[in-house]
Amino acid sequence: MSAELLRIRGLVVAFDAFHAIDGLDLSLHEHEVRFVIGPNGAGKTTLIDAITHLVRVTSGSIVFAGQELVGQSEHAIVRTGIGRTFQKPSVFDELTVLENVDIAAAFRQPFRALLRRRKGVSEEVAAAMDSVNLTAHADARAGALSHGQKQWLEVAMVLVQRPRLLLLDEPVAGMTQSERLQTGELVTRIAQEGTTVLVVEHDMDFVRRFAHRVTVMHEGKILTEGSVADVQRNETVREVYLGRPRDARGAAEVPA
Amino acid sequence: MSAVAKLLPGGVPRPSAFVVRFGLVAVSLLLVAPAVLSDFRLSLLAKFLCFAILAIGIGLAWGQGGMLVLGQGLFFGLGGYCMGMHMKLAEAPAGQLPDFMTWSGVEQLPLLWEPFRSAWFAVPAAIVVPMALAALLGYAIFRQRVRGAYFAILQQALAGAFVIVLVGNQGLTGGTNGLTNFQSFFGLSVSHPADQKILYLIVASVLLIVFLGTRELVLGRYGRLLVAVRDDEDRVRFLGYDPTRIKVVAYVLAAGLAGLAGALFVPVVGIISPALLGIVPSIEMVIWVALGGRTALAWAAAGAVIVNWAKTSISEQYPSTWLYLQGLLFVLVILFLPKGIAGAVEHIRGYAGRLALLRTRRRRIGGPGAATASPSEEVA
Repeated sequence: MSAELLRIRGLVVAFDAFHAIDGLDLSLHEHEVRFVIGPNGAGKTTLIDAITHLVRVTSGSIVFAGQELVGQSEHAIVRTGIGRTFQKPSVFDELTVLENVDIAAAFRQPFRALLRRRKGVSEEVAAAMDSVNLTAHADARAGALSHGQKQWLEVAMVLVQRPRLLLLDEPVAGMTQSERLQTGELVTRIAQEGTTVLVVEHDMDFVRRFAHRVTVMHEGKILTEGSVADVQRNETVREVYLGRPRDARGAAEVPA
Repeated sequence: MSAVAKLLPGGVPRPSAFVVRFGLVAVSLLLVAPAVLSDFRLSLLAKFLCFAILAIGIGLAWGQGGMLVLGQGLFFGLGGYCMGMHMKLAEAPAGQLPDFMTWSGVEQLPLLWEPFRSAWFAVPAAIVVPMALAALLGYAIFRQRVRGAYFAILQQALAGAFVIVLVGNQGLTGGTNGLTNFQSFFGLSVSHPADQKILYLIVASVLLIVFLGTRELVLGRYGRLLVAVRDDEDRVRFLGYDPTRIKVVAYVLAAGLAGLAGALFVPVVGIISPALLGIVPSIEMVIWVALGGRTALAWAAAGAVIVNWAKTSISEQYPSTWLYLQGLLFVLVILFLPKGIAGAVEHIRGYAGRLALLRTRRRRIGGPGAATASPSEEVA
């Protein structure tokens, strides 16, 4: 088995009395593709937010490649080699597609280098745009792209940074069927090239088609882990998805 | 542009629209204006061009970076006082104190003034002191993620406090009167027309250089990042950048340009006083840029010149109306032209473009190109 890349122990994220993540343990190994599923409010997005410090961790530890992430600032966490996307595609509308990818690519350059004008298009920027089929739109304003294209642009921006761990938050939400297929293939390819990927996804069809290992979250905890077939056979998972809560708390609705 | 292109022999690369426009402005400022304007108007224009330098800084920090710098009077003043102190010392008779100190009963030169005897200290200080202060303030403010209205109010407070300090230290700063009665600036007489013309040319050249430099920065990767920070600061963090640093740089540069503008303003106008730097003047500085167009550096600079030119010409005719007119203009711009004059020009251009397109379409009605011509041409 390959080395452990991400190790989360006893993670708690509390918003006042509500525990969005309630004592979660999770390990990711190098070169793994892990899908995280779960009903609304299970804490899937909060998990990504906690890893990247978009929300404050109440207690617990997140160790990535030997470094403790809890307490580090957002940009420092990105610099350790973690990239993420957002549920709502967030690209810079006023900049062109090329400029969006270019500033993402330049994040490790010394500040002085940023002051100069961009000369041409670097190979990795071109490759990143190509991998998401946006080369033809390089000079279009990102604001003019379709929803699916914006999501791809965001993927290109994170790919060009060559993260060791990629966190994708519902990458196919709002995409057409063919866009979904292409995205799935892209995720598979990224993983084959050596990036560890964690995908939070709602779309069970997409999960069935592209997932190998699946983690099911429920009420801020890990419910079970296994192959797609294992998970689908699991009685508790079915109960959770069919909305028959096993305890009094029920499936609390949390804003994503 | 096409006229220029026709003049060039074949094979010579056609200059870009920017080079042509910049060339025209440079020629008008450096050659035409000194030839056609009276001495009085030319020295007024020199003053407005100082304001334009400051406006470029606001265009950078506010227009590109989204930081509403409502207290630029502070940095303008620091630059102005650095230069003013040096000029005062340079022209005080040997062994004597600057005139206003004698009047306030100061008998020994304050320690703060001592280094300003040297031009080698004073001139760089006019730019470096505002930048250093802005770096300290900016780092503290942006690291705490203070932005929006809170940032703007803080800027106002700083400008207000600066004026209170200036007025309260009569013996050190000249109090309400500020520093005035200047005679000369590095051997140039501030009242002699020929020397004033040289001063004007210095200011105009500095403005052109500042514009080119700032434009390079805005077009570079840093400029793109600054826009990204303006539109979604938090998103930039998740690209691995620290927005604090990106914002501090623009804020510090804007302060440096304000200081530079203040340093040039003193010899051109012959005075620096708290009345030029307080809360209201600081707001006016932002109004110039809002009227010109904050997202385009050239229009920010033009805004400073246009508004001040209008202010002077209208005040000459109807002394008390300007204030009302300025208020009205500001309201109208906010309501109808959020991008200032730049936005209006863009709009008219787009309209003219569509008209021309319509005309060509009508001419070749039914022709094969009629239907396919639209999308790309309308954008252009």
